[in-house]
Amino acid sequence: MDKQVPNLATAVAEIESGSVVMIGGFGGAGAPIELIHALIDRFHATGAPKDLTVVNNNAGNGHVGLAALIEAGMVAKLICSFPRSADPVVFTTKYLAGEIALELVPQGTLAERIRAGGAGIPAFYTPTSFGTDLAKGKPTAMFDGREYVQERWLKADYALVKAELADPQGNLTYRAAARNFGPVMCMAARVAIVQARQVVPAGTIDPEAVVTPGIFVQRVVEVPHPAQEEDLNRAGAAYPLEA
Amino acid sequence: MQKLTNNQIAWRAAQDIADGAYVNLGIGFPEKVAQFQPPGRQAIFHTENGILNFGESPAPGTEDWDLINAGKRAVTLNAGASFFHHADSFAMVRGGHLDVAILGAYEVAENGDLANWSTGPKGVPAVGGAMDLVHGAKRVAVITDHVTKDGRPKLLQSCTLPLTGVGCVTRVYTSLAVVDVEGGRFVLREKLAGLSFDDLQSVTGATLHVVGDVIDLVVPEV
Repeated sequence: MDKQVPNLATAVAEIESGSVVMIGGFGGAGAPIELIHALIDRFHATGAPKDLTVVNNNAGNGHVGLAALIEAGMVAKLICSFPRSADPVVFTTKYLAGEIALELVPQGTLAERIRAGGAGIPAFYTPTSFGTDLAKGKPTAMFDGREYVQERWLKADYALVKAELADPQGNLTYRAAARNFGPVMCMAARVAIVQARQVVPAGTIDPEAVVTPGIFVQRVVEVPHPAQEEDLNRAGAAYPLEA
Repeated sequence: MQKLTNNQIAWRAAQDIADGAYVNLGIGFPEKVAQFQPPGRQAIFHTENGILNFGESPAPGTEDWDLINAGKRAVTLNAGASFFHHADSFAMVRGGHLDVAILGAYEVAENGDLANWSTGPKGVPAVGGAMDLVHGAKRVAVITDHVTKDGRPKLLQSCTLPLTGVGCVTRVYTSLAVVDVEGGRFVLREKLAGLSFDDLQSVTGATLHVVGDVIDLVVPEV
């Protein structure tokens, strides 16, 4: 079994227009910048994919990574909890112009909807958002004297996730708080595509240390020196990078 | 009217956090509470993006951008820190494992309703983890100026802005007073010594009830 692919272009080659794509990261921590940029390269070369529904905690920052994906016009809808950041100009401009749809989800509900999608649980109840605008139109129920809101699972066609170590079977570790949504997004996607700083032989990662077991991962590509969103933004970078 | 600074409000809130408590502080002003833990006590701070027991900010130039808090500011780790994914992080929040959440507020109602995520339909809405925190932590406290920048009460009979949660706030630390939410009403616990009850009531948008003694709110210069 070898899930490793030779390059980023191959890793993202099959993502179709109209796909639901979960993208890991919380701000810049865990953002799979190189996979996103490879998808933008494919779009500029072929016109696809577009009309994507993207699931991420935020809405991108500056003009790289997720913000660049939105700026390229590839995203029709964003499902997220906090579409603000230090510099969310790309999303804000498109949203206020009516050029991108937004589904706002409380952060814990977002994580749990994704986890439920990966765990085969079509709906669950939570007190989060009960009595607020974000619960409008959703079924409610009382359990043990308390009111709860029904939330549906969230699944994806693809997940783009950044890991620290991977092996060819797809076992993953993460680095510090870059873990965030990676493990649940790998579970909830039909095809989880992972960029890892290093791909090591099977057996190298201690089974006790595996965070995401390989059953949840379909593709692995090595990106030895991943860019960090904060560093790119501090340098004023925009993607595609000026020639 | 004399009032507490934001640092002093944060100091007062910090005095009620027990040693070893698991605490989530909201983005911005509530983050200050961590600076004022009483000597001999150490809370364990949780950030929803997947760290327990994070510490102070690193020196400029030494940031690790994989080590950030919910406000996306760089942090460091204390001994005993741990990392976890987002579903586990919100299991800590929503499963009732946090002892205290301290949040900011636009408005608090006398039944404990909180509005702190949206000022209305203009602009881009963003909610983050606030709606999860208000229903998960064992105790949900608010720190806030007693009135808005243009002098209107923030403690009200009912909120006018979109709600974050229904009946969730248990204590409010303001620039003038400490007020508990009990049985659908505000109960005054502490107020600044130089402030009369009537003056405090006049800048409060709901009735302040007195049950037992009202203690002087005494806070050092911090």
